[in-house]
Amino acid sequence: MNRTVSNRIDRRFAALKAQGRTALIPYITAGDPAPAYTVGFMHACVEAGADVLELGVPFSDPMADGPVIQKACERALVHGTQLRHVLEMVAEFRQRDTETPVVLMGYLNPIERMGYDVFTRQAQASGVDGVLVVDMPPEEAGDNAALFAEHGLQSIFLLAPTTSEARAKEICKYGEGYLYYVSLKGVTGAATLDADAVGEQLGKLRRVTELPLCVGFGIRDGEAAAAIGRVADGVIVGSALVGRIAERADDPTSIPAALKSILGEMREALDRDAVG
Amino acid sequence: MSRFHDLTQLPDARGHFGPYGGRFVSETLSFALEELETIYAGLKDDPEFQAEFDRDLTHYVGRPSPLYHAERWSREIGGAQIWLKREDLNHTGAHKVNNTIGQALLAKKSGKPRVIAETGAGQHGVATATVAARLGLKCEIYMGAEDVERQKLNVYRMHLLGAKVVPVESGSRTLKDAMNEALRDWVTNVDDTFYIIGTVAGPHPYPMLVRDFSAIVGREARRQSLEQIGRLPDALVACVGGGSNAMGLFYPFVEDDEVTMYGVEAGGEGVATGRHAAPLTANAPRGVLHGNRTYLMSDEGGQVADTQSISAGLDYPGVGPEHALWKDVGRVRYVAADDDEVLAAFRELTLVEGIMPALESAHALAHAKKLAGEMSPDQHIVVNLSGRGDKDIHTVAKLDGIEF
Repeated sequence: MNRTVSNRIDRRFAALKAQGRTALIPYITAGDPAPAYTVGFMHACVEAGADVLELGVPFSDPMADGPVIQKACERALVHGTQLRHVLEMVAEFRQRDTETPVVLMGYLNPIERMGYDVFTRQAQASGVDGVLVVDMPPEEAGDNAALFAEHGLQSIFLLAPTTSEARAKEICKYGEGYLYYVSLKGVTGAATLDADAVGEQLGKLRRVTELPLCVGFGIRDGEAAAAIGRVADGVIVGSALVGRIAERADDPTSIPAALKSILGEMREALDRDAVG
Repeated sequence: MSRFHDLTQLPDARGHFGPYGGRFVSETLSFALEELETIYAGLKDDPEFQAEFDRDLTHYVGRPSPLYHAERWSREIGGAQIWLKREDLNHTGAHKVNNTIGQALLAKKSGKPRVIAETGAGQHGVATATVAARLGLKCEIYMGAEDVERQKLNVYRMHLLGAKVVPVESGSRTLKDAMNEALRDWVTNVDDTFYIIGTVAGPHPYPMLVRDFSAIVGREARRQSLEQIGRLPDALVACVGGGSNAMGLFYPFVEDDEVTMYGVEAGGEGVATGRHAAPLTANAPRGVLHGNRTYLMSDEGGQVADTQSISAGLDYPGVGPEHALWKDVGRVRYVAADDDEVLAAFRELTLVEGIMPALESAHALAHAKKLAGEMSPDQHIVVNLSGRGDKDIHTVAKLDGIEF
């Protein structure tokens, strides 16, 4: 249990709960549009009010992602952004920010290829707090989850509208940090979501878990963030941010301001709700 | 008892073949895979379901397919006797239809009105579009844009069969990208869509059920060998991309220790050049893609490698997880045939036996020729002639400088 207390993710959610606030969790793909900008973008997100950062590890075959994040992966891979570079970015981020939790999000093969021992050691040394592997459900995590835990890396798992109640119970047993509720059937960046339906699902999940419930997929603006913020402990914003990065890929210095603008709008909408 | 008996007891309850296989998918699909597993478990040993499957194979596909003694070719090579399992004579022209018939029956039982599939050479796409037409199911086929170009004839066949062919422009624009896109479709339309995977890869239970539906090839070949040769063959040879036709032929022989098996991968420009699609032969590292752990061609960062092969159907960086295990335990020897050897075999069989093989199948023929030359005339090799070559005429003609 000592580990839990010392983990940045748990500390952050405990603080948010005490303040009655909803977590704002931006996702960006590391190395997009080029590796040199990523750490700056991470700091910009925090300055705009992000509570947790999800940093995407580029992968050649992002099966669960829509076109927006697929293209982000392609832009990052043109520059050869590999997992080891992403870990270096986190280490660099940690030089200035020792408090904001960082979760790596991606697919299993880059970790598999690096080797689980090497990965967990280096991720811990870099200051990574959690790992969300899209194609590694709890039943395939096996020994890896224990190895991650030994190195202070929390395993974040996904829940979906199609997850049965029995299965949700199992996943909640293994989940750490927070649970990522996928708001809709589809890939990232798909159509807008239905906040009422999400609320109903989260209600069911709260009966089986104490973990914070964060919602991603389909949150595009302040209004959607606020609607989800009313029922969730955190809102995750990915494609909406990555889309803005794509629009400005030729002028990367303009990206931090663009990220701050949309995240600021969401932050404000969430906090307005929290106060009201 | 066979020292390979244990191999007949796989996969385990969670879909693992030793360290391979499994169900590495995003959470949204877990439900659909559990549902499929349940449906299949209920029907697998159901005599009525099996009878329906067998009836379709007999009257719609035209099974059993012949085991043909390629006497003239064997004589010319001057070694072992080569026998061809004529899957090219099936309805739609390849072994793929055995599996799609089976999965279409599952789709029907599941009550889903729409099927999707990925395809490389287009054979699986055509086989899927065919059964969809017959059952009145809506059908969409994902195909890499490069393969759409290479396999125009099959694209048009699918179109005539009422299927929508979606060219996939992402990544390397081949089979693996088509599978990514099919998975994205499935995750979006999981309520009303059945995904007909065309090879012994993908998340559990696909490798198992595709194997089971494809194994009719080996069951027939085993029986026919006993009848026509008077004993089991000395060797089996089949090409391996994902590995469905090889699995289909090999599986019923797994416990016949005296039968040596060869899986022939796509050597492309040569395994040594790195431009190939032969993860087993090249000892590619272990990796995870498309729902299963297997030998997977990837770079040091774990990015999946671009593959190279003259045949679209074998142009895949991974391989079915059961093949991965069979390599490790030494049940099957995996080798590669490169593009030049394949083209030579294509031309040779056409000229000597009047049978035009698919370029995929020509990989198996290329290796069988080498093997036969090292064996004696009283020995026998069964080769899976997994598909016919009509679809490849454009590719071969182009190499001859002929455009239609």
